[in-house]
Amino acid sequence: MPLAVRSVESFAEAARLLAAEEGARLLAGGTLLMRAVNEGDVRITVIVRCTDPGRELVRREGERVRIGAGVTLSRLARAPEAAFLAPVVRAVGGPAIRNMATVGGNLFAHSPYGDLGTAFLALDARVTLAEGGTGRELALEDFYRRRDHRPPPVVTAVSVLRPRDPAAFRFRKFSRVRPKGASVVAVAAHLPAFGGRLEGVRIALGAMGPTPLRARAAEAALEGRSLGTETAGAAAAAVLDGLRPSSDAIASEWYRRELAPVVMRRLLLAEEPRR
Amino acid sequence: MSPKPVRFRLNGRERALFVEAGRNLLDALREGLGDLTPKYGCGQGTCGSCTVLVDGEPVLSCLMLAEAAEGRAIETLETFDGPELDPLQQAFMDHFAAQCGYCTPGMLMAAEALLRREPDPDREQVVEAISGNICRCTGYEPIVRAILDAAARRAGRGTAGGGGS
Ligand SMILES: Cc1cc2nc3c(=O)[nH]c(=O)nc-3n(C[C@H](O)[C@H](O)[C@H](O)COP(=O)(O)OP(=O)(O)OC[C@H]3O[C@@H](n4cnc5c(N)ncnc54)[C@H](O)[C@@H]3O)c2cc1C
Repeated sequence: MPLAVRSVESFAEAARLLAAEEGARLLAGGTLLMRAVNEGDVRITVIVRCTDPGRELVRREGERVRIGAGVTLSRLARAPEAAFLAPVVRAVGGPAIRNMATVGGNLFAHSPYGDLGTAFLALDARVTLAEGGTGRELALEDFYRRRDHRPPPVVTAVSVLRPRDPAAFRFRKFSRVRPKGASVVAVAAHLPAFGGRLEGVRIALGAMGPTPLRARAAEAALEGRSLGTETAGAAAAAVLDGLRPSSDAIASEWYRRELAPVVMRRLLLAEEPRR
Repeated sequence: MSPKPVRFRLNGRERALFVEAGRNLLDALREGLGDLTPKYGCGQGTCGSCTVLVDGEPVLSCLMLAEAAEGRAIETLETFDGPELDPLQQAFMDHFAAQCGYCTPGMLMAAEALLRREPDPDREQVVEAISGNICRCTGYEPIVRAILDAAARRAGRGTAGGGGS
């Protein structure tokens, strides 16, 4: 079947098109979708371009920042409201990829991609979907559970916690190719401390499952305690709890299991890898 | 679906062509307009040899829908159209930054985008700027040296060493 391109002016309209047509896909930056089109993926029959005016907004909302699904990674890196995410963005792709790739598209990227989603998960992200016109919000974890369902949910925006203490948000990505490459493992952590005790710890792992995942046992090993060699060791030891990473072209399951605790400990102790 | 008309500026000139639905910009440039400077390497955005500038910023033309170029300013290597080589091109020659040459157009566009934004880049900025461009011949060092040297030449600081005038 030949391809068609349709343009719509709102996310709601895009959602209706996607629901009506099995082979319709929303085009954001195209860094993943156009790969499939170039390969001749016959499941794709309609490319939907969306010019919703809300797609490029970045706005502070109380203790959160709201980021439109169509915001490119380059734009996000420059947004003062989201300065804490700049190191995460810098770890993605090369400059040309970042000029194209969007925040919304990153939530649909399959492992080992999805570095931004990993960071968002540690920052208690909420995803706004275009449904029934008004939109509705759900936790990023719930979004990931239904992300690959048909019809696909259409994301209009993501809202993430702004860490009160910028040093409390940390991100580490381990890749085999320097300076850039797909994640073998990515770890993001929000570690707010009050009077020396960690409170509200959230840890997320990327490339350790089909979507970014919380490391709940590692969170529990840190919650209410102070951050030190001992607690970091306990969190690192617990980080694999319940996870079954897959083997792919980037790394084997074994390698990911070996590496994740190391990256977790380095992140917690702010250690640099030995070269 | 019948082909759609698309208009954009290519290296400063208004151009128009018809594109099939789903065609990428690289195809439109090479097959539609005969500009063979952007190269088809992987068609997956991984190699960077198709890098062009869109409104001054580097993008991967193989991953851009051709009709999304409507009204934009596209630049390829043909943007250096003077009778003399640009100092950036000359630096690539002098530093032996091209061997097989397939990555070179993409490298030059990535470097050009950097030098416009940052006329005096440090080594780390150069490495970052070409981090999405793969070269399988040179080991990158000659390319990094050439870009740093081109910055010096354009600033009239002469050559930073490594041959050439
Ligand atoms: C060379 C290369 C390097 C890369 N490196 C990295 C990396 O280091 N880290 C990383 O995380 N990723 C990486 N990626 C993957 C990708 O570039 C990013 O994940 C990017 O954020 C995807 O966004 P996009 O806008 O390009 O998505 P698109 O390709 O436009 O879309 C991807 C999928 O998501 C759907 N979609 C997009 N937006 C929405 C929306 N708002 N609502 C519903 N569905 C939507 C599309 O329909 C499509 O199915 C890389 C890709 C390439 C080609």
